Amino acid sequence: MEFKCAGYKLINKKALAENIYSFTIGCPDAARLAACGQFVHIRVDGFTLRRPISICEIDRRMGTLTIVFVVKGHGTEALAKLNEGDEVDMIAPLGNGYSISRVPEKGRVIVVGGGIGVPPLLQTAKECKNVTAVLGFRSYGNIILEEKFRKVCDNVIICTDDGSVGEKAIVTAPLKRELEKGDVSAVFSCGPTRMLEAVAELTKEYGVFCEVSLEERMGCGVGACVGCVARINRNGDEKLLRVCKDGPVFNAEEVLF
Amino acid sequence: MSKDLSVKVAGVTFPNPVIAASGTYGFGEDYAPLYPLGKLGGISCKGTTINEKAGNLPPRIAETTAGMLNSVGLQNPGVDVFINKYLPELKKSGSVIIANLAGATIEDYTAAAVKLDKTDVDMIELNISCPNVKQGGATWGTTCEGAGSVTKAVRAVTKKPIMVKLTPNVTNITEIAKAVEAEGADCVSLINTLLGMRIDIRTRRPVLHNNVGGFSGPAIFPVAVRMVWQVANAVNIDVVGMGGITTWEDAVEMMMAGAKAIQMGTAIFTDPYAPLKVIDGLERYMTDNNIEDLSSIVGTVRPW
Repeated sequence: MEFKCAGYKLINKKALAENIYSFTIGCPDAARLAACGQFVHIRVDGFTLRRPISICEIDRRMGTLTIVFVVKGHGTEALAKLNEGDEVDMIAPLGNGYSISRVPEKGRVIVVGGGIGVPPLLQTAKECKNVTAVLGFRSYGNIILEEKFRKVCDNVIICTDDGSVGEKAIVTAPLKRELEKGDVSAVFSCGPTRMLEAVAELTKEYGVFCEVSLEERMGCGVGACVGCVARINRNGDEKLLRVCKDGPVFNAEEVLF
Repeated sequence: MSKDLSVKVAGVTFPNPVIAASGTYGFGEDYAPLYPLGKLGGISCKGTTINEKAGNLPPRIAETTAGMLNSVGLQNPGVDVFINKYLPELKKSGSVIIANLAGATIEDYTAAAVKLDKTDVDMIELNISCPNVKQGGATWGTTCEGAGSVTKAVRAVTKKPIMVKLTPNVTNITEIAKAVEAEGADCVSLINTLLGMRIDIRTRRPVLHNNVGGFSGPAIFPVAVRMVWQVANAVNIDVVGMGGITTWEDAVEMMMAGAKAIQMGTAIFTDPYAPLKVIDGLERYMTDNNIEDLSSIVGTVRPW
């Protein structure tokens, strides 16, 4: 799999919500290679390990990648201090994205995202047809990318833990309703592990193809260090596979949560 | 500017003294999209055991100030897969190919060494210092008897140059170095990772599922320089230095401490081009200081 490693320019920086930032990075060579569900590995000055961040939008014509990240620790805090015009040292694009080419023409696609797991589903939604998005957030102030999803999806269902916007529910409640309709051909999901586990159980129950994007503490990001493994059942054998290179997207039925 | 950066370690000529450290460069294929492996002086391949090994449960990685912890636990596909699938490609690169060999028992080591002896691998690095496996690994490397007995057993079954990788988690590393020298090691490499631990204060759980792991990165560099210097002064065989090397200045420092060649690991995670930058820096350093043979700086530190 081809990827690049270089210093690129931060073209646009936006605060999307409290502690959540969007970076649009000019990187024509990497953007040309990128697929939905892949990630970038960003070096932060003063830190040994890079930060893996999923790709939210790909603009191959403009040669940009947009990433959205939450400030979670000292590394992402330092990353958020970068300004437009600054250099972003990045390895990209990495990993395997969602298998959108496997989606049959007929039927609907549902993207299910939770919190900071929502961003990679935007590019995925853009590249599929007949998409319904089910997006879960903690509360009103944590909602991100809603308008962008509305532009590319037939239907967007927002739920919040506190009911401040949309349904007071976790994503599995509307997902179950949508699956009941019987016309869903694929589900693509990203979010907290417990949410992914629930999504995996539900899609299995309905016999619908589902892929989930996993997260794990990462070293090299390219597969060399074998640091970021997940328990995967492949052909009846439990294996520890690399989230960075064998994933981050896995068939939901294979993941041993 | 085209200096000859080659160095000789245990009779093997490396095109330059920069080697990718075991466990940080896989079997060479993962970084192939960025630059040809042949630019490196050598590659010490991912630690390999006689049979496939699953490794430890995640999380296996924790960041630290100027470094990191890992507890991979020698996950690898086994020596046969290394020999049949990866070695032929690796040998085409032009880099010196070092097989890193680990085991739980002496028989594990010798059985795999017998197989490696029949290949065109350039060198065998004996891993007797992995801190992340319950059986074998560092349990061999922490006593003179253990280190000596593995070295002796492998020496008996192969003519390949043997490099023994030493753990820093011992009271006196020079004694271990002397023990493996006495049993036929051609050179030693040091240091493997220091045993460390991080705790998540919210969950009160260790960050690593293995609870403890190997500490590497720039933070351990001074410890590595000290140990390389002590070992180089204690043995007559060649020494390969590693532990937190990040820049060409670090590489020069390590060579002055007594290392004939150096290995880089964690620095590659931060910057995949770090080994190439070190090679370029060494070439400039030779030009600027009229050095024709890089080996002439080895062990030239002038202690007070």
